Amino acid sequence: MTRDLLWRGMLAGILAALLATLFARQFAEPQVDVAIAFEATQAEHAMGGHQASASEHAGEEPELVSRETQKGWGLLTATLLYGAAVGGIFSLIFAAGYGRLAMIGPRTLALMLGILAFLVVALIPAIKYPPTPPAVGQHETVALRTVAYFAMIVLSVAGCMIAIRVRGSLVVRLGAFNALLAGFAAFAVVVGIGQLLLPAVNEVPPGFPATSLWDFRVASLGMQFVLWMAIALIFGAFAHDVIRKAVTSRQR
Amino acid sequence: MMASAASILDDRFIPIGGANAIPVGDIVPWAVLGILIAILFLYFVSTEQGAVSLFDGMYVHEFVHDGRHLLGFPCH
Repeated sequence: MTRDLLWRGMLAGILAALLATLFARQFAEPQVDVAIAFEATQAEHAMGGHQASASEHAGEEPELVSRETQKGWGLLTATLLYGAAVGGIFSLIFAAGYGRLAMIGPRTLALMLGILAFLVVALIPAIKYPPTPPAVGQHETVALRTVAYFAMIVLSVAGCMIAIRVRGSLVVRLGAFNALLAGFAAFAVVVGIGQLLLPAVNEVPPGFPATSLWDFRVASLGMQFVLWMAIALIFGAFAHDVIRKAVTSRQR
Repeated sequence: MMASAASILDDRFIPIGGANAIPVGDIVPWAVLGILIAILFLYFVSTEQGAVSLFDGMYVHEFVHDGRHLLGFPCH
């Protein structure tokens, strides 16, 4: 059963990644181009008359991978790998949660998990560390920012697991509605403390167009939303099929 | 009788062969495989030739560059 769900989860992730890539091509790539154009003008200004150091930075150097490849096969490959990976993990959480988290149908559970995953994995971490276009962020701090970002995701996921525990342990005493509120409160406390303790990142260069930054971030989160909703709906349909077939084959 | 269960979504819970949930023993081996694959894929999308480098050069970084930015990972 889990084997069937796992490979369908990865397939759902791949299909969802195709949709997310189309969305990104349409709405996000224009903002990446704006950011790269800004980066190029900044580099020109920084060089001024110093022709000797011109080969040091962007523009003059021959590109390792062309912009066309980055926007095309590169973006598609990255999104497919991400989609297959998170689709697989999604299916495993579904397999563990079905009939345990709540007695609801497979498509409903998948939809709820999809919404939850978008909030916990993408939106909540982005409040502290929003996605950034090229030209925003300094080379020297990439290791720190990567660790901090991953820590924020881990914290958000841990907060969600704690919230589910808290809700589960209080359902009998407080009733379902109040136990759910207690779960939200536990999540808010864990994530809030984490956001206070993790380092602040403030690396937007002066003069970077604010509208472009906002549009990039909305498009980036939009891409995540498309990806997670597509995984939830496609995988939900697959899982419904798998579970129904398992039942009928047993009855025969 | 069952009509009371149908509210907004007509998607009823289907018990899995006698039990309600998938047994843990059926999940664990596939979870190990799935998580290993996911870590490998996510590493190359998010981190290789950024914060950490297993291979020399910047080709992987430059190839997945746009995806890395758009999926929210710190790129450079």
